[in-house]
Amino acid sequence: MEGTIHESETLPFTIEQFFKFIKEKKLMTARCIHCGTLHLPPRPVCSNCYSKELSWTQLETKGKLVTYTVIHIAPEQFQKNAPYAYGILELENRLRIPGMIKNIEHEKLKVGIELEVDFDIEPSLNWPQWPRYFFRPP
Amino acid sequence: MKGKPLAAVVSAGLSKFGKMEDFCGRELFAQAASEAFERCPNLNPKKDVKALFIGMMSESFEHQGHSAPMLSDWTGLLPTPAIRTEIACASSAAALRTGIFSILSGIYDIVLVGGFEKMTKRSTAETTEILGMAADYPFEQWNGITFPGLFALMATAHMHKYGTTEQQLGLIAVKNHYNGSLNPKAHIQKEVSLETVMASRMVAKPLKLYDCSLISDGASCAVLTKPELAKQYTDCPVYIIGSGHGSDTLGLYQRESLTSIKATRNAAKEAYNMANLKPTDIDMAEVHDCFTIAELIAYEDLGFCPPGEGGKFIEKGTPTLEGDLPVNTSGGLKSKGHPVGATGIAQLYEIYLQLTRQAEKRQVEGCNIGLAQNLGGSGASCLVHIFRRG
Repeated sequence: MEGTIHESETLPFTIEQFFKFIKEKKLMTARCIHCGTLHLPPRPVCSNCYSKELSWTQLETKGKLVTYTVIHIAPEQFQKNAPYAYGILELENRLRIPGMIKNIEHEKLKVGIELEVDFDIEPSLNWPQWPRYFFRPP
Repeated sequence: MKGKPLAAVVSAGLSKFGKMEDFCGRELFAQAASEAFERCPNLNPKKDVKALFIGMMSESFEHQGHSAPMLSDWTGLLPTPAIRTEIACASSAAALRTGIFSILSGIYDIVLVGGFEKMTKRSTAETTEILGMAADYPFEQWNGITFPGLFALMATAHMHKYGTTEQQLGLIAVKNHYNGSLNPKAHIQKEVSLETVMASRMVAKPLKLYDCSLISDGASCAVLTKPELAKQYTDCPVYIIGSGHGSDTLGLYQRESLTSIKATRNAAKEAYNMANLKPTDIDMAEVHDCFTIAELIAYEDLGFCPPGEGGKFIEKGTPTLEGDLPVNTSGGLKSKGHPVGATGIAQLYEIYLQLTRQAEKRQVEGCNIGLAQNLGGSGASCLVHIFRRG
């Protein structure tokens, strides 16, 4: 799916815009037109070549779990979820994204399993009210 | 510059670490400073100390920002100017490095460097939240990660890649608790068995309660001077001969490796180069064991053993008090305690005691070179300092 460049190149390459796309159930990254580096999270200037010429690219939501944990002692706002699984997913182009893993028995977690990014677009009541993405078995 | 002293430590002080219910952070710091001043009768603090550099991580613990001038006041040094440095748990090693810069620049002859944190008035959930602020917000914190969780992600990756075991991590906890049992300033002065460690409750799989360092109150400080002035203040100075600093991405997920901390490798390389020394020259080390896996990875990143062999290194007993390269003789963050802002200079304090033969029951015989590694966050910051007995 890589290469689906968003129509409007005027959208800012910001974290806020990343979450606006999450609300549309799209996992989007910024690609540097000059050197090709993909930036997840997006950033307004390429950290590799300093170019400001970027484009939005939609990512395939399937990935491979590169590491995981199950969190038992949680911060206050996540205590109702504990224990919950959390991991880092490797997407296409070796891009990595961290997040909560849901709908899986914790015994079945293993490095290398395939997971998919899904979206919880209900805005959070907590600051900064972003929607959330999470991972689940395909 | 190679191998030449950058600055000299002529005195150091440490408050008792632990749940210090009766004291605010500033009072703990005043205790540490008072020990440092008493150890150094030739120093006239009000006249000689020209500046303070103070590490502290978070205003949230005591709802107190702007703490540097407050400590100049509470140590009786006003109007001596004071600056606070912050890079999470490496805040006081940053204060140390800033102090070294100030001496090397020629601006100051003598400075007080230190750090403190007062953590135990908060609940565990609140502390988890406050410490969590040192992780990336939009991707890590927002999705529910915690600090034990971040190091658990490294542990899982290390186990998967190298076959490292939970038992090997447990041996690090056993070692550090033994060392801490010999340290009268340690938060927990009690030995633990491997069985106790392995049976302790899960915090973030595979890390259990005994894989985690302690939430503590405490303060640390040291008096730095120009090397050529050191002997005016003490017969036995400790020279700082290497200082290295590495930075990396705030997010763990953005790093090149999940099994090695690049900021440590870069800081170590800079410090070893400056000191003109190799890992085999180190006689004892204090490393950042915020979690047992962090100490195991530090063995590898500091070059004490090859990558992937940290598990074997602890199994062989090399980093124990009787081993060839004792690590965390103080008990480390695991048993001495981890008041985050105090930790970097608390490591210096232990090395100062060891190199000046004042470490009593835990004294490493004949040690002349010590190394301190202080990590910030999950590894976005690391400082390495190398010390030589004068």
